[in-house]
Amino acid sequence: MKNTSILLRLWGDYACFTRPEMKVERVSYDVITPSAARGVLEAIYWKPQIRWCIDRIHVLAPIRFMNIRRNEVASKIAVNGPRKSMKDGKGRLGIYVDEDRQQRAAIVLRNVEYAIEAHFELLDQTEHPKKHYEMFKRRVEKGQHFQQPYFGCREFSCNYEWQDPTEIPHCPESLQGQKDLGYMLHDIDFDKECTPRFFRAVMNDGVIEVPPFHGNEVLS
Amino acid sequence: MNHRYDFVYLFDVTDGNPNGDPDAGNLPRLDAETGQGLVTDVCIKRKIRNYIGLTKEEQPPYEIYIKEKAVLNQQHERAYQALDVDPKAKGDRNKGDNATKITQWMCQNFFDIRAFGAAMTTGVNAGQVRGPVQFTFGRSVDPIISAEHSITRCAVTTEKEAEKQEGDNRTMGRKFTVPYGLYRMHGFINANLAAQTGFESNGEDLELLWSALANMFDHDRAAARGQMSPQELIVFQHESPLGNAPAHKLFSRVKIERCESNGDSGPPRSFSDYKVTVEDDDLPQGISVERKI
Repeated sequence: MKNTSILLRLWGDYACFTRPEMKVERVSYDVITPSAARGVLEAIYWKPQIRWCIDRIHVLAPIRFMNIRRNEVASKIAVNGPRKSMKDGKGRLGIYVDEDRQQRAAIVLRNVEYAIEAHFELLDQTEHPKKHYEMFKRRVEKGQHFQQPYFGCREFSCNYEWQDPTEIPHCPESLQGQKDLGYMLHDIDFDKECTPRFFRAVMNDGVIEVPPFHGNEVLS
Repeated sequence: MNHRYDFVYLFDVTDGNPNGDPDAGNLPRLDAETGQGLVTDVCIKRKIRNYIGLTKEEQPPYEIYIKEKAVLNQQHERAYQALDVDPKAKGDRNKGDNATKITQWMCQNFFDIRAFGAAMTTGVNAGQVRGPVQFTFGRSVDPIISAEHSITRCAVTTEKEAEKQEGDNRTMGRKFTVPYGLYRMHGFINANLAAQTGFESNGEDLELLWSALANMFDHDRAAARGQMSPQELIVFQHESPLGNAPAHKLFSRVKIERCESNGDSGPPRSFSDYKVTVEDDDLPQGISVERKI
């Protein structure tokens, strides 16, 4: 294990790791994506000097879905409206939701539980890894975070706990054996104009090995 | 804002439909596996927006961006607070900077953007404001049943319909209610994100949010809703902005049990059938708890 490796147990009532190909009526992936796991870690602790990398995902609860349909708003705020109101000192802003309505269903996961193995890379080599490691660990142990982490969408909040590597719970019966989850989003490459990169997620006895982001197994 | 807050919000419904499911013909939302009722986070946010729009009369800095049509309170021309921003400044070339100014201006004028965030297209990237206030789904403590009621009306909408009815002019409708349900929802208020959107920089936003949770059902009466009431708002305040204890550990201190006096005497039909206890004798250091309702 690297000296920047951490292990975290995450669990929650619901999760929605939206498949990019089915995002209008959202359909979740079967498991958490490395991208979403990174988001959870960053919600707890992140500094510009470090970058979180997900190494392995342990799935600790059976994969179950449920369906929910909600009234949503279709449009986003366009800058021109506020700009004009700022200039004129008056004007009407606001969206009238019942005229701008979309009903969208979501197929979300429920009762999820994961153990996430990850490490951070130092982007600034003058930094000391131990410092960041200890700060992260302290935060987790105290239940501190920059913002409440969540599973894909903010309404699906996520609980977290420091996990002893020798005590990772066994995966449930239904996940034993090998299961090919198909191509899954690894993360977005923000250096290359937000290009999504995908990898072939294979779950062996509940464990998904996540290849390095710039490795050959990861395609954009 | 110097503190993180985690809170448990309990509300109940008597003979009403707290949140209809568009997928199920407007039946009360239900967790098909456990039979517990659900109320979405956005349903509660809607009511908060409506309450603030009503009490603050849609005036900046408490305007509501995501409006319901019913809030037609824009007759007056109101001047937006002049900010230290010149939207026509040559800084336009530096688009990112200008976008930040617009985002800030929106946050300062609109309560719901400040509290819940919003997605703005800024031309640079889809500038998203993440608000400090985050809710989970509300979920009923016990399984609910939805009762279906057939109702009649003694008038029809169109003449054609009247002809069909041969002058009887009676039509049937349906209505769904939950006889009783006590719902539990969790919420988080994040000091770090509050600093980014300016939530609570005027010293009033947080109190407004608490008062919205305490009073919003009083201004949301409708035929479908039945009687909805807030019952408990248990707020855990953390000493530090990052927090002093895991949220799930605090939430588990709030226990809801059936009253023993009522025992197993049938399904719950009022809040007095429940007992809510907050274990507050050995709170972690830096945590204080307050029951706001």
